[in-house]
Amino acid sequence: MEFGLSEDQKLLQESVGRTLERVSPLDRVRKAAETREDYAADVWAALRDLGVPGMMVPEDFGGMGMKLLDAVLVAEMLGRHVAPVPFVGTAVMAPIALTGAGSAAQQEAWLPKLASGEAIAGVAVSERAAGARDGAGVTAAAGKLNGSALFALDAAGADILIVADKAGGLHLVKGDAKGLTKVALTSIDLTRGLTELQFDNVEAEALASGDAAATLGRMIDAGRVMLAADTLGAGWAMIDKAVAYAAERKQFGRVIGSFQAVKHMCAEMASELEPCRSLIWYAGHAFDEVPAEASLMAAHAKSLTAEVGRFVARTATEVHGGMGFTDLVGLHYWFKRIGLDRQLLGSPERVRGEAAKMQGWAAD
Amino acid sequence: MDLAYGPQYEAFRAEVRDFIAKHKDKAPKRFGVSRPSEESLAWQRLLLEHGLTARTVPKEYGGYGAEPDILKSRIIAEEFTKASLPMGLASQGISMLVPTLLELGTEEQKKKWIEPTLRGDVIWCQGYSEPGSGSDLASLQTKATEDGDDFVINGQKIWTSTAHAADMIFCLVRTEPDKPKHEGISYLIFSMKTPGIEVRPLKTMTGHAEFNEVFFTDVRVPQKDIVAGRGQGWFVANATLKHERGMLGDPNQAGTRLKEIVDLMHEETVGGQRLIDNPLYRDRLVQLQSRVLAMQFHGLRLLTASTKKEDPGIARLIVKLQGCEINHQLAALAIDALGELGVLYEDSPHLRARGSWQHRYMFDLGLIIGGGTAQIQKNIISERGLGMPREPKLVKA
Repeated sequence: MEFGLSEDQKLLQESVGRTLERVSPLDRVRKAAETREDYAADVWAALRDLGVPGMMVPEDFGGMGMKLLDAVLVAEMLGRHVAPVPFVGTAVMAPIALTGAGSAAQQEAWLPKLASGEAIAGVAVSERAAGARDGAGVTAAAGKLNGSALFALDAAGADILIVADKAGGLHLVKGDAKGLTKVALTSIDLTRGLTELQFDNVEAEALASGDAAATLGRMIDAGRVMLAADTLGAGWAMIDKAVAYAAERKQFGRVIGSFQAVKHMCAEMASELEPCRSLIWYAGHAFDEVPAEASLMAAHAKSLTAEVGRFVARTATEVHGGMGFTDLVGLHYWFKRIGLDRQLLGSPERVRGEAAKMQGWAAD
Repeated sequence: MDLAYGPQYEAFRAEVRDFIAKHKDKAPKRFGVSRPSEESLAWQRLLLEHGLTARTVPKEYGGYGAEPDILKSRIIAEEFTKASLPMGLASQGISMLVPTLLELGTEEQKKKWIEPTLRGDVIWCQGYSEPGSGSDLASLQTKATEDGDDFVINGQKIWTSTAHAADMIFCLVRTEPDKPKHEGISYLIFSMKTPGIEVRPLKTMTGHAEFNEVFFTDVRVPQKDIVAGRGQGWFVANATLKHERGMLGDPNQAGTRLKEIVDLMHEETVGGQRLIDNPLYRDRLVQLQSRVLAMQFHGLRLLTASTKKEDPGIARLIVKLQGCEINHQLAALAIDALGELGVLYEDSPHLRARGSWQHRYMFDLGLIIGGGTAQIQKNIISERGLGMPREPKLVKA
C-alpha cells in the first residue's frame, strides 16, 4: 500500500518546476499576456526539451507513455508558474483522442508530431462537457462539419483540431482547412487562449476506430483532472506569495503576518487546498488504474478544487491588501488562471450534477 | 501509487474477517461513556487476546506484543467499520495514558497500571483543563504543595469526561509556582477515591452531562506517583495530546456518516418527493462527498508518509480542523434535509434516528472547540506549517 509519488514522479515535477522558474518568470508571462501571443514559443521549446508534449503519447509513437498522474504533476507546475503554453488540449486530451479512437494511419500521422511538440492539437469539446451556449454545436455529415464550437482549448496556432460533434462523435480537422474560421475569445486569463471555431462545410476525418463516445468521456475526465491540478498549483503559489508578503509588510509597527486575523486567513487557505492534492492524486490514479471510478473522481476533483480555488484566489489577494488589487505585483495572473480553470469543461454546479447522476442519485 | 495491500496483508485481512465471522454476535451494541458493561469487558478481552486492540503493547504489560504495523491496524479498523462492530474500549486511559506510560513511565508504573487499564478494570479520567486555563493550558493553577512524602492538591479541573465513573485520574498540577509557567507543571496519577475530591456533572447544550467539574480540597497524593519527574508535566502532556489529536477528525467516521445521510435522503419523503430528488440538498450532499473523499485519500497519504517515516508537514496539521468541520457540516445537512422533523429531540413522536443528528450537530461543535480550538489549530497551521511569526508577547506594564 503506497499512496504517494514515486521518486521518478518527484524528479519529473521538480525538473518541470525548475525549468518554468527559469524560462517563465512573471515578466515573461506578462509579455505573453500583453502582446497576445498565441503562446510563448520559448517556454514551449523548453518544455519540448523535457518531453512534456509527448508525455501521454505511447512510446511506439515517440512519446513517453506516461500516466495521467504524471500529467497531474506537470499541470500543477504549469499552474504554479501561470505558464503561457498549450498543454491540456495538445498534450493530454488530443493524445487520448487519437490513441482511443484514431485509426492506425491517423495515429501514425499525428502522434509522433504531437509527441515532439512540432505540431499542436486544439480540442473543442466544450458543448459536450459544459453545455452549448449561444447556439453552438457541430453537425457532421458526409465527411463535412458545419456549425460552431466555443471555448476550444489550445486551438490558437494549432496544426490540427479534435472536434466533438453534437452526437458525441469525434473528428480530426486540419488547422488550415478550407471553410474553417478561428475567432479568438478574450477571457480574463491572458496566459491561455480560447477560440471559437466556425465550420462552413469543413472537411474532417472521423476518429472512428475505437469507441468514440467512451473516448470523449475519457478526454473530458482527463481534462477536468488537469484543470484541477492547474488550480492546485496556482492556488499554492498564491498562498506562498501571501505568506511571503505578510512576512514583509509592516503596519502598526509589526509585520502583518503576526496578526492572527492574517495568519488565520493563510491557515484556512492551506487547510482547504491541501486535501485537494490528495483527491487530485487519487483522481489521476483512478483514471489510470480504476476506470470504473474515473469519471466520478474527476468530477469531485474538478468541482472541489474549483470551489477551494475561488476561496484561495480572493483570500490571498486580500492578504496583499491594496497591492493585491494592482497590476504591479501581478497577483491577478494567478487569480484569473484559477477563474478560468473553474468555468472550463463544466462549472462546479454542473459537474456535481453529473456526479449525482453517475451514482444514481438523479435521473439523466 | 499502489493501493493494493499485497498478499501478506490480505492474509492478515482474512484472519480478521474470520474472527469477525466467528465472534460478531458477542459484540456489545454500544460502549457507554461511563463504566463498561460485562458484555463490553468480555468483548475487550476477546480483542486483546486476538491482538485486535492494544496490538503493539508488550506482552509483559498485558498487550499482544506485535511489531508496530500501521497497515495492519488500518486493516483491523476497515474490517470492523465494514461490519459495524465496536473496536474495543476507546477510553482516555487506553488512548492517552497507556501510550504515555509506555513512553515515559517507570517500570513499576507500567507493570501496575497498563494491564488493568487495557482490560477495562481500571477506568481513568484526564485532569488537564481548568476554568481559567483552556487554550492557554500551561497557565493552569491547580496547586500541589510538598508535605513530607506527599503532595497536597488544591484547585479545580473542568471538561473531565468520565470523572463520575473513573477509578483514577492523570492530572496536571503546578508543583513549582516560582518557575516559568511551562516548567512548573507535574503529571500526577492518583485515585479518584482519595479524600477531598468532589465530582460535579457538567450538563452541556446537548442536555446530557458528557463532562464533569472536579474539585480538589487538600487531596493528599504520594510524591512517587509522578510521571517523568517534577516540572516535566508540560512535556508529558504534549506527548499525550499528540495521541488525542490523532483520534479527532477521523475521516472514516465521516464516511460512515455520509452513507447514513445518503440512506436518509433516499428513505425520507416530503410531500411525496424523496429528499434525494431535491436538487439543493443533493448538491450539498455531493459537495460534502467531495470533502469526505478528499480527507479519506488524505488519510491514506498520511498513512503512507508514516510507514515511510516521512514528515508530511502541513498535510498532517490540518486534519483536526478539517475533519471536525466536515463532520459538523454533515450533521447540519441531515438536519436541514429533515426540515421540521430535524428539530425533534429526546423521545418526541416522529423522532428520526433517535435525535442523533441534533445531538451530533451540538456535540461536534464541542469537538471543534475541544482538544485545541479551531483557532488554536489555525495558529499551529500558520506558525508550524507556513512558518508565520508568533503573536508578539504583551509587554508587562
